[in-house]
Amino acid sequence: MRSAEPGRNAGSRGEIMEQNNLSRTGLAPTRGERKAIANLEIVPRRHLGRWVTAAVIAVLLALVIKAFAEGDIAWGVVAEFFAAPAILFGLVNTVVMTICAMSLGIALGVVFAVMYMSPNPVIRVVAWGYIWLFRGTPLILQLLLWFNLALVFPTLGIPGLIEVRTVEFMTPFVATLLGLGLNQGAYTAEVMRSGILSVDSGQTEAAKSIGMTRLLTLRRIVLPQAMRVIIPPVGNEVISMVKLTSIASVIQYAEILRNAQTIYYANARVIELLIVAAGWYLIVVTLLQIGQYQLERSFAKGQTHRGNHKPGRAVENA
Amino acid sequence: MPSPMVSIINVSKRFGALQALDEVSLEIPRGAVQCIIGPSGSGKSTLLRCINQLEPTDSGAIFLEDELLGFERKGDKLLELSEGQIAGQRMKTGTVFQRFNLFQHMTARENIVEGPLRVLNRPRGEVMDEAVALLERVGLADKSGAYPAELSGGQQQRVAIARALAMRPKLLLFDEPTSALDPELVGEVLAVMHDLASTGMTMIVVTHELAFARDAASNVVFMDRGRIVEQGLPTTILTEPTEQRTRDFIGAER
Ligand SMILES: Nc1ncnc2c1ncn2[C@@H]1O[C@H](COP(=O)(O)OP(=O)(O)O)[C@@H](O)[C@H]1O
Ligand SMILES: [Mg+2]
Repeated sequence: MRSAEPGRNAGSRGEIMEQNNLSRTGLAPTRGERKAIANLEIVPRRHLGRWVTAAVIAVLLALVIKAFAEGDIAWGVVAEFFAAPAILFGLVNTVVMTICAMSLGIALGVVFAVMYMSPNPVIRVVAWGYIWLFRGTPLILQLLLWFNLALVFPTLGIPGLIEVRTVEFMTPFVATLLGLGLNQGAYTAEVMRSGILSVDSGQTEAAKSIGMTRLLTLRRIVLPQAMRVIIPPVGNEVISMVKLTSIASVIQYAEILRNAQTIYYANARVIELLIVAAGWYLIVVTLLQIGQYQLERSFAKGQTHRGNHKPGRAVENA
Repeated sequence: MPSPMVSIINVSKRFGALQALDEVSLEIPRGAVQCIIGPSGSGKSTLLRCINQLEPTDSGAIFLEDELLGFERKGDKLLELSEGQIAGQRMKTGTVFQRFNLFQHMTARENIVEGPLRVLNRPRGEVMDEAVALLERVGLADKSGAYPAELSGGQQQRVAIARALAMRPKLLLFDEPTSALDPELVGEVLAVMHDLASTGMTMIVVTHELAFARDAASNVVFMDRGRIVEQGLPTTILTEPTEQRTRDFIGAER
């Protein structure tokens, strides 16, 4: 219901009608009232709920800290082992494995994503089979399979050329790398595929129109633009991978958790050493998150400054 | 008598039940500006895409000068060329798209030098100099470091024309190059195209800009439902067409 049109006669009848209006709907202030309202001071909304939540959280946090402080944790032991050689060695192994397995995973991911989209049906089926196999079985099972490969194939190699005994070749490092890398490849392939599909088909057609081959188009035009979509999930997967490497402790790969366990088997300081390992995981993950943020910014190139439309040269034309 | 720049002979193309091109034949002489007009869905884009081999034809043949596009003759059969061979043929034809399709992650200059550097493997210094000259030619000398998102539609389309020219094509295809532009930006793109036409570049231009067709075309084709309905000099087709369908279309476009 609208009233108080500008320029309307402000006669007594009108005012009565207006008041009637007001009392009926509680809306439609008069012109004078509107002016007065426009001059009132603005008081920001008080976010009472935020203060309440903050208070509740602070109390809970204090309780948790108190519990840990009074609990049976020898913080001195945590400090003592935080930079112990075995822990640092484990940390290096964790980082090295993350880098190697993730590199293998990304490389396989690109290859299988491209194969998955190949016009050749045989290649498509191979890619589908790879993704199906490695996504369909538990990672820990895959690790155990690789580690125990010697039970199936006592030797590996090309007959007559090179041959190695499987137990010697399939060290915990190699088994972990294959397990984590091949598994990661299957997941990364899906991420890569959605990234590639996110690039407008006009980009591919323009690349073709200047004579680029499929592979060159992929490398120069499609993948660089797909990166924007690919980096956030891959960044998350790198972070997952840091933690996933801990699973390799089951096949004796000397990563940080395994080494922490080795120490607490000897000194029985279980919680202290788990806290040490947790601290290092948090440090590595935090650093990675910072790196991911920087990378995302650098690949946003050419995607910013939208709407900066300056009028072009005006040209006479019939 | 030299062979025409493009010969299209009985080209047909279906999409499922839809006959997008129906026995289309057209010859385009060297240096000609061939305009194609017609209602939406009449097969104009499909014809350009067949010439540039973005779509394979179902039957018929297309020649660029004396070269059969997309196939190799073996006895009485036509064998499909490999992907690399098709890429090699494509670089002789430049395409300007309705939606510009500039590489979004590259600056104007990078867009222009990409083909000459990566496809033609020409020396960098020479290519860079040429890019400067091309940007000047399309009136964008000051925009060489700008990303597509920082350019207006008209500017993007002019960069796209420069990118096509950088490959030194024998033939330029334009698919409604001004249809995605705000009206006030159409003129700057058409001016560049007029300029190209006057230098003797062979061009096939799908357009709704009948004024451009009238001024620049050496020949105008009217297409409807995958067929060439009528063709001739721009004055004839645009002012006194014989076919009723052409007359209706031109009447509606005015
Ligand atoms: N890739 C495709 N798949 C199916 N149908 C298509 C495809 N491309 C074009 N068509 C159809 O072919 C007809 C001709 O399209 P097009 O050549 O784009 O027309 P125009 O450019 O004259 O508007 C249209 O009916 C269109 O819907
Ligand atoms: Mg079209």
